[in-house]
Amino acid sequence: MTRDLRYLRAITGDPSTRVTVQRERAQKRPQVIDEHIVEIVSDSGEGAQKAGQIFGAISAKMGNGVWTVEIIPAEIKPPARSRAGASGIRIRFGSNLISNMGDAANVVVALNEQVLYGRIDSGAYKQGTAVLLENKWGKDASPEIVEQYQTAVAYFRSRGLVVHELPIEEGCRSVTASPRLGKNMFVLGILCWIYNRNLDKALAEVACAFARKSEEVRALNRQLIEAGFAFAQAHLTMHYDVPARPQRTPLVVMNGNQALALGVMASGMELVAMYPITPATSASHYLSEIFHDVGGFVHQAEDEIAAINFAIGSSFSGKTACTITSGPGLALKMESIGLAVMAEIPLVIVSVQRGGPATGLPTKVEQGDLLAALFGAPGDAPKVVLAAATIEECFHLLIAARQLAETFRIPVILLTDANLATGVQPFPRPKLRPQWLGLPIDQAPWQRGVSAYDWDEKTGLSPRPVPGQRGGEYVATGLAHTSGAKVAYEPDANEWGLTMRSRKLATLQQTLKPPAVHGQEKGDLLVVGWGSTLGAIEEAVDRARADGLAVSSVHLRFLSPLEPGLKQIFSRFRDIVTVEINYSDAANSPRNAEASRRYGQLAWLLRAQLLFDIDCWSQARGQPLQPGAIYQEIRRRFGLERGELACSV
Amino acid sequence: MFGLKADWSLEVTQRYFTLESYTGADARWCPGCGDHAVLTAVQRICRDEQLPPERTVAVSGIGCASRFPHYMATYGFHGLHGRALPLACGIKARRPDLHVWVATGDGDCFSIGAGHWIHAVRYNMDITVMVFDNNIYGLTKKQTSPTSPAGLKTNTHPLGNPLPPQNPLSVTLAISNVSFVAQTIDWHPMHLHATLHAAFKHRGLSFVRILQRCPAMNDHAFDELQRNPEKLSLLTHPQGIGIDGSAADRFPNQQVHDPSNLAAARSMAEAGIPIGLLFQDETRPCYDHLTSAGIGTSIDAKLRALDGALDRFAV
Ligand SMILES: Cc1ncc(C[n+]2csc(CCOP(=O)(O)OP(=O)(O)O)c2C)c(N)n1
Ligand SMILES: [Mg+2]
Repeated sequence: MTRDLRYLRAITGDPSTRVTVQRERAQKRPQVIDEHIVEIVSDSGEGAQKAGQIFGAISAKMGNGVWTVEIIPAEIKPPARSRAGASGIRIRFGSNLISNMGDAANVVVALNEQVLYGRIDSGAYKQGTAVLLENKWGKDASPEIVEQYQTAVAYFRSRGLVVHELPIEEGCRSVTASPRLGKNMFVLGILCWIYNRNLDKALAEVACAFARKSEEVRALNRQLIEAGFAFAQAHLTMHYDVPARPQRTPLVVMNGNQALALGVMASGMELVAMYPITPATSASHYLSEIFHDVGGFVHQAEDEIAAINFAIGSSFSGKTACTITSGPGLALKMESIGLAVMAEIPLVIVSVQRGGPATGLPTKVEQGDLLAALFGAPGDAPKVVLAAATIEECFHLLIAARQLAETFRIPVILLTDANLATGVQPFPRPKLRPQWLGLPIDQAPWQRGVSAYDWDEKTGLSPRPVPGQRGGEYVATGLAHTSGAKVAYEPDANEWGLTMRSRKLATLQQTLKPPAVHGQEKGDLLVVGWGSTLGAIEEAVDRARADGLAVSSVHLRFLSPLEPGLKQIFSRFRDIVTVEINYSDAANSPRNAEASRRYGQLAWLLRAQLLFDIDCWSQARGQPLQPGAIYQEIRRRFGLERGELACSV
Repeated sequence: MFGLKADWSLEVTQRYFTLESYTGADARWCPGCGDHAVLTAVQRICRDEQLPPERTVAVSGIGCASRFPHYMATYGFHGLHGRALPLACGIKARRPDLHVWVATGDGDCFSIGAGHWIHAVRYNMDITVMVFDNNIYGLTKKQTSPTSPAGLKTNTHPLGNPLPPQNPLSVTLAISNVSFVAQTIDWHPMHLHATLHAAFKHRGLSFVRILQRCPAMNDHAFDELQRNPEKLSLLTHPQGIGIDGSAADRFPNQQVHDPSNLAAARSMAEAGIPIGLLFQDETRPCYDHLTSAGIGTSIDAKLRALDGALDRFAV
């Protein structure tokens, strides 16, 4: 316990009091809980996210289910202590699998009081949420700040938050003279004690997270964590245990963009051409660090159009390539996606969706690219569109995307979003397979008499010669062309090409399985979702089912072609509603005649394709959907009052 | 003393390529269009260099000139308007073994593709870029192009182009990492051939602006230069583009220019109409060396690296 003594001397100057506290605490057993949601919020640049990521990783490594999501201000560097400037992180962790960010937080650590206002407004907290608040502002030299602080604390208490005012920065002073930079590690120490985290595991994780920093920095971080831990032990009564669930398979824990980057590598693709855009860029950052280990290369192009054409060139010459972007970049790539469709070039396009249109909400989540992905290119441009529902799927669907692109000689768009990009979740460690990496470039002589678009009438598929294959010389062209790769001047030839390219999607659909229904196969209400909302939807459905409501859900991974069997599934439910993070007109808005109502994007698609009267419920608030909000919407649709669920303050 | 060496062997070239080997569909350019001459020159160079057609790729954007790949019997990619350069760079990125020829127009390269032009020159990948500059948009029927002279009456400027033309040579010579800039004319087959040949041989991106006649949409554009060849200034130098005596005689105005001198090249580009090699520097870094690193990494090595990467995230 030298650790505690050293700290104690620093804080109180009197080791004896400290030892007593230590003994009392030792007798206090932690309260066992199923799960908690914790937030750390601060001005940007104070390291809240780093602390939270490490806390999430420690919890995952101790065997908890975890989901972390970054709280990102829209401005890169909002002014300090601004109400909407909260930067930080939410960690939801528990004894079971955690699939989404959940509803209101149980505990929030705040490095200033102002940033809490915006969080309260966005419904992040509830009655009884414990606020561990840096108290130095209450003693600030500026009377204005002191006043702001006192007003805020009174306001928080009036909203039912339980505010603990803590000397966080002061606590750090025992270890460092410049505590502003180290506070996050002190906070990490506090959380480690509150949640009974194994301190050695925590220190090991921190050592790993700061492996590239100097020994001096690493030692300081260690001391700060120990100090925070000891401080909490001495002064806090909150003490919980979140038991681990038994682990059978080895796990990895990462965010969705890291999963994308590893997916690229595991897919055998060797080239990513990109142009920086939030929230997609971090995938390329990570890839740039390690891609060369598998012989790959990240090309930062001069713009998105150059990026995709570079990728198309690489694919044409034999190595299927990938381009990673977000909504505005996807828009710029559209003409070129049409080219890849027309010339039948395998290609993987990842769009990490953010709020739109235009620059929209650059750092925030939206599911707004679906219809653009499907229909954004002029003419009929059939392509495969997939959506990852989990971080694990960001990895696996990339491999599938490469395989589909090559098998069907088609561009594949994989949609993820800001929620997946920055969310961190453990998942089973992939068992790597050599087949994922694909085949080397075929350089064998081309079979005589087979043309470059020798479409098989049944499937629309055709074999593709690659430069270097003698006898396969052809001109890939964005012009309409015949099966012989000659420019099509006849109307029939144009229609035949369109038919063959479309037929590939029908062929692919025949190989797909109908989606699984979550819940009963029939009932009163079916919730249909896609993308990152999977966890929140299923959690909401489970809660509603526990209330006795006959509600189920299905979640789509294939948006083009649609998974088969939807008609049969839909016909077994009275009502169908899509739940999406995008804009739709409210159902009963007096300003919309029925025919002018604009639907959520999946609802548009399903209504058009399946002729069911599908409703939608969508929000585009730049935030992931909370399971509680979906649950209340389900209850509302059954004509019930709001459910038993702690409401946000 | 005489006779064959003991280790003599006849290396029978199993394949011999003729002009036919590079002749694709019948060229549908107008009679008198300068593009025909460029096609012939490229096909001759391919033949002279015995480039295997399967390792040769002709890449283009959109425009009359961009029909080029269809008339070659090699691999080809007729892409989108303005995007020939990134497409070509992508083709080269992981296939350094391919010979890549780019055919692009003054609209394709200097207008819609201007951003790519700047950056492709800077990437300096080992490709040959031919800009067919007819000072007009041909395919879309006579609109003003960035190189249309001021006053030229076009369908978009019936009262005459109100702006001075862009100078593509000056622009290209100002781009950092530029490594080969030449200018030639479609109506002097020998100079055209020699220039494209030097461009092909160059290690790095070779940029060749070809003054190209378009009788259909911009007739007489170069009549003045054809009538008064002294308006052209033929650049001569041992390191430059050599054409033999009688062919050179067609250029009454000749000027010695050392192509390693960038400053001189820049002032040359500003004054008059230089024909020949303005600048060449083969020591400039080529981006293909980076893009092609790691080609051929074994499956085993990849799996090992991936496993290591996953370890970092292991719980
Ligand atoms: C995105 C896009 N915009 C416009 C066009 C129409 N277009 C085709 S070719 C061309 C200009 C061609 O001029 P140039 O590049 O000089 O080639 P030329 O026909 O003169 O050889 C234009 C504007 C197009 N195909 N695509
Ligand atoms: Mg032109």
